[in-house]
Amino acid sequence: MSKPPQFGPVDDRPTFLERLFPWKQRVSKKPLYQLGVSRDLILDNIATELSRGPLQPAARAALAERVSHAPRHPRPALNGELAELFIQRITRRAATVQTLTDLSDVPAAVAQHLQTHCLPTHIAVSDPLAALFWPSPIQLHTGAARRNEAVAVSLARLGVAETGSVLLGAGPDTPTTHNFVPDDHIVVLHRQDIVPHLEDAWASLRNHGGMPRAVNLIAGPSRTGDIEQTIQLGAHGPRRLHVLLVG
Amino acid sequence: MRFETPRFKQAAVVALHDERLRTALARSRVGFIGHREAAVEALPEFEQLRDTAAQIKDHVLDHLDYYLQRYEQAVVAAGGKVHWAHSDEEAQRIIVDICRAADAKVITKGKSMVSEEIGLNDALIAAGYEVVETDLGEYIIQLAKEPPSHIVGPALHKTREQVTALFAEHHGRARKETVAELVTEAREMLRDKFFRADVGITGGNFLIAETGTSVIVTNEGNGDLTQTLPRVHIVTSGIERVLPSLDDLPVFLRLLARSATGQDTETYTTLSTGPRRAGDPDGPEEYHVVLVDNGRSQMLGSRFRKMLRCIRCGACMNHCPVYGSVGGHAYGWVYPGPMGAVLTPIYQGLKDSYDLPNACTLNGRCQSVCPVKIPLPEMLRELRHLQHVERMGPRLQRHALAVWRFVASQPWLYRIAEKLATTTLARLGGPKRRVHKLPFAEGWTQSRDLPAPAGSTFLSQVPRSKRA
Repeated sequence: MSKPPQFGPVDDRPTFLERLFPWKQRVSKKPLYQLGVSRDLILDNIATELSRGPLQPAARAALAERVSHAPRHPRPALNGELAELFIQRITRRAATVQTLTDLSDVPAAVAQHLQTHCLPTHIAVSDPLAALFWPSPIQLHTGAARRNEAVAVSLARLGVAETGSVLLGAGPDTPTTHNFVPDDHIVVLHRQDIVPHLEDAWASLRNHGGMPRAVNLIAGPSRTGDIEQTIQLGAHGPRRLHVLLVG
Repeated sequence: MRFETPRFKQAAVVALHDERLRTALARSRVGFIGHREAAVEALPEFEQLRDTAAQIKDHVLDHLDYYLQRYEQAVVAAGGKVHWAHSDEEAQRIIVDICRAADAKVITKGKSMVSEEIGLNDALIAAGYEVVETDLGEYIIQLAKEPPSHIVGPALHKTREQVTALFAEHHGRARKETVAELVTEAREMLRDKFFRADVGITGGNFLIAETGTSVIVTNEGNGDLTQTLPRVHIVTSGIERVLPSLDDLPVFLRLLARSATGQDTETYTTLSTGPRRAGDPDGPEEYHVVLVDNGRSQMLGSRFRKMLRCIRCGACMNHCPVYGSVGGHAYGWVYPGPMGAVLTPIYQGLKDSYDLPNACTLNGRCQSVCPVKIPLPEMLRELRHLQHVERMGPRLQRHALAVWRFVASQPWLYRIAEKLATTTLARLGGPKRRVHKLPFAEGWTQSRDLPAPAGSTFLSQVPRSKRA
């Protein structure tokens, strides 16, 4: 690429090497912030610094292959049943897990959770769960979480045994705000949706419509250690994470 | 942020006499080192993962131009925009322009070291925006008007009492004493900002070329509220953060959580791909990525290329005795500890950062804990070498080294000098064989003794017939 003509202001601050050796003679002046210029400048610099020109088609094809088919990297060995590992790891990170035999048991389990923690009965749920039979006094709404939302019930796409996390994907039926705004987050996860490793989770996403706008891997309630390294739950996100494991 | 590294020595002395800082540092070391060790021990594959991570990073750096273009294509395909910033000033201007176009007033921010590096907060405030850091540690130091002292725990140097005082002063509420109360108060104060924000700015721990995805990891959930609630989400990231495929990501997630905080995983790992889609009830309407070069492309061709493997976990500083004694602020720029002692001279000039490569005992612990195996001690030695070649060190030191070099390259002379030195030192050491005061180097023995040599050299003990 030839260097673009310089129109705008010139960046006359020292370059990296000039900063390293400020007493050496200055070489060039760089044009500053012209739309589209920096992109080519940076890509050019990279090729130059790597002592090679632009990549040849064969090399590009090999790299394209590397992108679409990454080599298999080491994965931690998992000893035990996936659901057991999942429960063990997520509860160690201060989440609670309740096992249910059927999806239809979810409303009762939610009602019980609300009662135990004295929570309001107006809750946000993701669309697929709204079709269940919800006993009064529970009132539902779907759509984005409101500012003062207290409780949300979400349907997880997957569970990951390796990390003990639930995976939620953003979509028209599953708002992302449900995962972060409420104080209490209840997540419904089907036992058969637990996969061993993160790589398995990506494979499942690829096979089912590709990457959602947001993929949230959640391993327990929000926490912080920023004051004297004392772990405190409920920093900005939910104070409690309750997983209903179905099946 | 201001560049204070030329005053490193003075700052270090002040830090060494700051009792509160020493307490805070000692407290944090116990947790960081112990938790990491336990987490690493529980994962037999850890060493294998380190090797793999270093390999992946080196592969990416060798083909950085390709992967950045692939990444850009994928972001655009997902409906996002990619901006390329050659310098810190250009990055500031790009971000201010996005905020202006969005007619923003309040901007929330997730934790991002690149944003510290490019001095983003000052630029946004100068442009008239209200900028709110939302990571609790960053929020605390923003109130205190201080730079971060650690790349993972920015408010590590603050004690609970100091946070209590800060909150009471800025929030105008009753004093909160316990950590639980303080965290709750910060949560309440920031809730309002999250919902009022027009633009949310986060970092990007990793960028995925395959899908055009940016990845952040947090424990608080602040990064997610920052990027989900406002109309515009801006990701700032260094160009070296790109990975080829989603399948490369787990290697780094496994290493990062364990190396940074000693956890198996952080609480929230979030992968973002483009803006809100048709039918989505929430999420940002605009998704921008600002790729920051700021000297990185030039590092590629230098002997410091391996520094670009860095994933900013902070393990090197957690295990550094110098960092553990003086804390992060003494280093005088954005990046402290061993990785900062390499990066600061590169960014700010070798001469003005003279002390940093020399404030190192070369004990090698940083390299042994680095998840991507950056040879930090080697690089610090390299910087010292460059300083020597460019005649930056004290004159006496340079001449002494020249004499040493001459003597060491003449075996007969070296043997005589060695014999002279060992016998003299052995005599100086006396029966206890400790030298309390070393001639010409009183400074060194001011606070410690030099163990005296035995009086005869190793070579003289080897029979002449057995020498090679």
